[in-house]
Amino acid sequence: MDTVSHEKGMTLIVKTVTRMTLGFILLYGIYITLNGDVSPGGGFVGGVIIALSLVHIMLAFGKEVALKRLHSYALRFAVSIASLAFLYAVTIRYHGDYSHIAISLAEMVIVGAGLFAIFVALVLSSKSDKDSE
Amino acid sequence: MGSSGHDCDVSDTILEVDDMLEINLILLFMIAASVIAVEAKDLLSSVIAVGAVGIGLCMAFLVLKAPDLAIMQLVVEILSLIILIRATNDRDLPFSASGRWRFNTFVTVSFVAVFLSLAYAALKDLPAFGSSRMNVSKVYIDNAIAATGSKNVVASIIVNFRAYDTLGEAAILFTALIGILAISRKIGKNN
Repeated sequence: MDTVSHEKGMTLIVKTVTRMTLGFILLYGIYITLNGDVSPGGGFVGGVIIALSLVHIMLAFGKEVALKRLHSYALRFAVSIASLAFLYAVTIRYHGDYSHIAISLAEMVIVGAGLFAIFVALVLSSKSDKDSE
Repeated sequence: MGSSGHDCDVSDTILEVDDMLEINLILLFMIAASVIAVEAKDLLSSVIAVGAVGIGLCMAFLVLKAPDLAIMQLVVEILSLIILIRATNDRDLPFSASGRWRFNTFVTVSFVAVFLSLAYAALKDLPAFGSSRMNVSKVYIDNAIAATGSKNVVASIIVNFRAYDTLGEAAILFTALIGILAISRKIGKNN
């Protein structure tokens, strides 16, 4: 990785492009999740797209930013609420007008946070990153 | 996007001859890419060739009229490609081709022979490729809109008929997330 010595992450061009495209990637993930019952897609795919946007942040800005995001209370709160809602909706066999959207949104949050956490763990435990510090 | 949801006629899913040509071309591409992935000297080239195999599988799903699976394969392939490139970055792991090559070749050939013979015995009983002998899924296709109200049959299966499968899948990811949060918290405090 040819990083600038006085800054973490990639170059200024990559950071600027990441800052501009991040919202669109997140929006596309939410779009695919919400339209899962009428078009191809669904909660899992939307969650993976959201995890990819978080991975994008991490590759561009370095792992400190990503770790801060992973340990933020917003993410923990969202994942906890989503897990409880998912468990509740499945175990009581909730079947209403918005059951697809509710289950897909909960699955999106869980999958996005889980895959992003797996990526963070892989990067944290890799040897080459520890040597470069 | 009408190809996946609105058709309830099962006989539409039988493949045409043109599709078979495309499938065979994509399969040849995937076999070539996987041979390159095994034989490449550079680790990064191997990872890129694995990504090419995944993109070929995505195109095969598209030709087989499964756009849900194609999107899933594409997205997961990108994520796993990033992880593989990140994991093999700045790393040189040469294969040790010397020594015991006779034993290695014997093991490989015997394993391939056993696998192929078992696969031949097992795949002989399957229905022919492209024929629609769907006993279970016909119930889903007939009842999906009436039972769940979802126009996408795949989504109705995932979140309604097979919701317990999805619950287990989410439980796996949730457990991984909790474990990683618990482990990486210590690193965050020390730094």
